[in-house]
Amino acid sequence: MSALNRKLLRELWQLRGQMASIALVVATGVMTLVTMRGGYETLVEAQAAYYRLARFPDLWVSLERAPEAVRAKLETIPDVARVETRISLAARLDLPEMEAPGLALIVSLPERGRPGLSDIVLRSGRLPAPGARDEVVVSENFATARGLVPGDSVRAIVNGRAWRLHVAGTAISPEHTYAVPPGALFPEDDRYGIFWMRQDAVGPAYDMDGAFNEALLKLAPEADTAAVMAEVDRLLEPYGGRGAYPRSDQFSHQTIQGELDQNRVMGTAIPVVFVGVAAFLLNLVLGRLVATQRTEVGVLKAFGYTDREVGRHYLRFAMVAVAVGTLAGAVLGARLGRAYVDLYGEYFHFPDLRYALSPALLLIASSVSAIAAAAGALTAVRQASRLPPAEAMRPERPARFEAGILERRGVGRSLPPAGRMILRNIERRPFRALISSIGVAFSVAILVIGMFMFDGVGFMMNLQFEVIQREDLALTFQEPVRASVSHQLERLDGVTRVELFRTAPARLRAGHREREVGLQGVPADARLRRVIASSGAVHPVPAQGVVLSERLANKLRVRPGDELEVEVLDGRRSSGSLRVAGVVDDFLGLSATMSLDALHDLAGGAPVVSGAWLSVREDRRADLYRSVKSMPAVAGVASPARMLESFRTQMAESLFVGVGFLLGFASIISVAVLYNGARIALSERSRELASLRVMGFRRGEVATLLLGEQALVTLLAIPCGWVLGYLMSFAVVTSLQTDAYRIPLVVSVRTYALAAVITLVAAAASGWIVRRRVDQLDLIAVLKTRE
Amino acid sequence: MSIPVGPGQEVGSPAAPPIIEARGLTKTYGAGDVEVHALRHVDFTLAAGEFVVILGPSGSGKSTLLNILGGLDVPTAGSLRFRDLDLTGMDGDELTNYRRRHVGFVFQFYNLIPSLTARENVALVTDIATDPMSASEALELVGLEARLDHFPSQLSGGEQQRVAIARAVAKQPDILLCDEPTGALDVETGRLVLEVLDQVNRATGATTAVITHNVAIGLLGDRVVHMSSGEIVETTVNAERASAAEVHW
Ligand SMILES: Nc1ncnc2c1ncn2[C@@H]1O[C@H](COP(=O)(O)OP(=O)(O)OP(=O)(O)O)[C@@H](O)[C@H]1O
Ligand SMILES: [Mg+2]
Repeated sequence: MSALNRKLLRELWQLRGQMASIALVVATGVMTLVTMRGGYETLVEAQAAYYRLARFPDLWVSLERAPEAVRAKLETIPDVARVETRISLAARLDLPEMEAPGLALIVSLPERGRPGLSDIVLRSGRLPAPGARDEVVVSENFATARGLVPGDSVRAIVNGRAWRLHVAGTAISPEHTYAVPPGALFPEDDRYGIFWMRQDAVGPAYDMDGAFNEALLKLAPEADTAAVMAEVDRLLEPYGGRGAYPRSDQFSHQTIQGELDQNRVMGTAIPVVFVGVAAFLLNLVLGRLVATQRTEVGVLKAFGYTDREVGRHYLRFAMVAVAVGTLAGAVLGARLGRAYVDLYGEYFHFPDLRYALSPALLLIASSVSAIAAAAGALTAVRQASRLPPAEAMRPERPARFEAGILERRGVGRSLPPAGRMILRNIERRPFRALISSIGVAFSVAILVIGMFMFDGVGFMMNLQFEVIQREDLALTFQEPVRASVSHQLERLDGVTRVELFRTAPARLRAGHREREVGLQGVPADARLRRVIASSGAVHPVPAQGVVLSERLANKLRVRPGDELEVEVLDGRRSSGSLRVAGVVDDFLGLSATMSLDALHDLAGGAPVVSGAWLSVREDRRADLYRSVKSMPAVAGVASPARMLESFRTQMAESLFVGVGFLLGFASIISVAVLYNGARIALSERSRELASLRVMGFRRGEVATLLLGEQALVTLLAIPCGWVLGYLMSFAVVTSLQTDAYRIPLVVSVRTYALAAVITLVAAAASGWIVRRRVDQLDLIAVLKTRE
Repeated sequence: MSIPVGPGQEVGSPAAPPIIEARGLTKTYGAGDVEVHALRHVDFTLAAGEFVVILGPSGSGKSTLLNILGGLDVPTAGSLRFRDLDLTGMDGDELTNYRRRHVGFVFQFYNLIPSLTARENVALVTDIATDPMSASEALELVGLEARLDHFPSQLSGGEQQRVAIARAVAKQPDILLCDEPTGALDVETGRLVLEVLDQVNRATGATTAVITHNVAIGLLGDRVVHMSSGEIVETTVNAERASAAEVHW
């Protein structure tokens, strides 16, 4: 090995603390890139494979009813490669012990064989036998949640008649990866399932024999999607076509795509922050190294080492740190990526999901970090290679000090000498102090964005459970019951108020836009459940018309005063029109609320209700909960207080894990920035500090001088980090907003405080490490060396 | 016995051809009011193999002259030749090449690389030389064969300076330039170092120029050059070089 490389190795070892901290920062960046971005790539590939396997369509369209012959017409549209038709309808399920009604989406399979488009992937059992009218394949998630296996049976209520269905198998489908029941916010696998049945079984039950109400289309490559959609809509107009929509509007696809996009964005943004911090640190550390090695640079050059050779020597310091970091990050990232993909696999159900680290990603990771390292090392390397050899042989001129701006303004006057020294040091190198502060501010910000999510969800849940849901008990009935049930409930001992409600699955339509929702009917004078905006303001329930969530209104492109077509999807399947009476900006999903009486009028038939909200006397609550639950007509009883409680425990757990990760991330940045800052200050000022010690200053006093600067940098960084964190949270909220919900931008004092405390602890830890070095300062050695 | 020679006149060693020839070397630092004339029209010749001692008060331009001769610095005006090579107007890379092939330096403060052992400090230079002696050979030459694997911090000042000399001579340079090699050493150690330099000069034939403040050391050289305020004010030729043991200061 050449003597120069030996020098490199020895000095790397000397600087191991600093180099390790930089390598750690690089490793974290590479790890997140490899985990998240690599995970993203794996998932995207698995998604594509799944779509190929299941022949995932390009276009969907639902309609009222069209005879099977219309299919041939669809097939003649230019650019349409394949058409599949099917029947798709909602049915109620008879599920014991559920708080909300069970629902199934019945989807037809061809009379024999498999569908040409949107095939299902069997997970157990088999397809329904041709001609077997009572056989069904249920979605795997539902089967798992309900403990159903092939051979079991489920009771569905189809067109008012009970129907015992035998489970032939379980399956998954990319159309229903994320299966959310109408009107709900999240998948509720224990009460909502997809039921695949043979077309000749579904058709007669729904009066759809020889007809279809949904068509799926596969397009030719590079087809003009908009043109095909327009043609489909024109063709299906006479059959009650509801407008074709592309993949990007398909709910499951959209949701998964959102999740994947988030991974792509975070998997890029986080590494960028880390790699940026690494570049800054290399700049700091190598800049200092070259400054202390001026004469060594001079000697090398005096003996004929070229500028390039000298520059390359210093560049290698950066490259070694980065190479070690990249390697560690890649190894860790690949392991974590596997766990990460497995986690998503459980959730997405992609068949054949295996994390694979692509060489291209590794190449990107290593070249990006190498480039960042080179950029960070650039000034130092340039300085070393440009130093004229004769100049290098002279010692660096003493640092020039003068009273800085702050001091001239009188800020320092009241400070003790130690304070003034600290202030002058910062003023002499304001840029470095600023960058250090920005680095630490980033770590504060990372903590803020990590924890604000919990604030947002917590805020939402408090609003939901303490402002919106003010009932003590919420009952849902097995079957819709007559409104007179309220008299019975009022008579129960301890019940102080009863409010009835009705939830009707309905399809809202404005022009060609439509949405299935759970239309909620509540008493006009409801006090237990009200329509509440995200600001907490109460919206009155109008006597006529419907109040929509802002996002639902946006989806349908309607404003107050506009008319909506409504089709109630249960019972008599009546339809009519509804005026949008108001739009409310709320957090949760796509709600549509109207007065109970108006809903009765709309739905027609007898005024029935789906459930009731009760206020009860505190002392009777437990008894009532039990007695109401055992009533035969009651399907479920919910207590918001209990829900909130269980939610809070769950939150606390995920808070723990989430914060653990972030804590690690943020601490790596804080410690690396502050530790390196202090080490460099120590190296620059060891003579000064040793002299002070010789003059009789105590260790603590000397350490204060040194660490005061880092303390000030940290204190400055915290408020900046708060602001940065808030801005980044805003960006996160905006990008994570989905159809179903949005996280409110609420950052609690606790989050700010915790972010500050964690950063201070990291600062104290790095201060403590450097403090030990100050304690070990070898006075004689330091003073003996020539400046 | 020494023969004084008047200012401006030149006396080279008549026996050997010149290896370095400088004409009208001028070096100024800064400009305007703060202009410093470090060298003023210096003519200077080094004959192959000779041992020259440069004397002069602090600030007289000794280091400046040596740095320019060694290609570490460039003159503001004047010309400089090394054998057939015109150093005037050479760019940084060419000067580097010149240093790499022909020049060895010894500095007042040794300037060893603290993270490298004695042997490695020498190897640092032999790594890039064309026809070097081995590092241990060079260290043997300065009497440090027993300290090959010691770090600079484990060596005394004199030992460090001897390592520095070994480093400078290991590549078998044509010119050995020493800027106050004994400046940081006590008398005895200084004497030892000078002995080594003398010995190296005799053994390798490297043309040697040594800067010193110490008039007595002048006796060691073939020639003594006196500088003052950026000029060579006097050159004396010693009829015979004294050995380091004979010199007292
Ligand atoms: N980089 C510089 N900028 C300005 N002036 C300089 C610079 N380098 C040297 N000088 C000046 O040039 C003059 C000659 O300096 P030089 O280092 O050659 O003196 P010297 O004879 O080696 O002195 P000493 O015995 O103290 O080492 C001095 O006046 C010095 O101040
Ligand atoms: Mg000098």
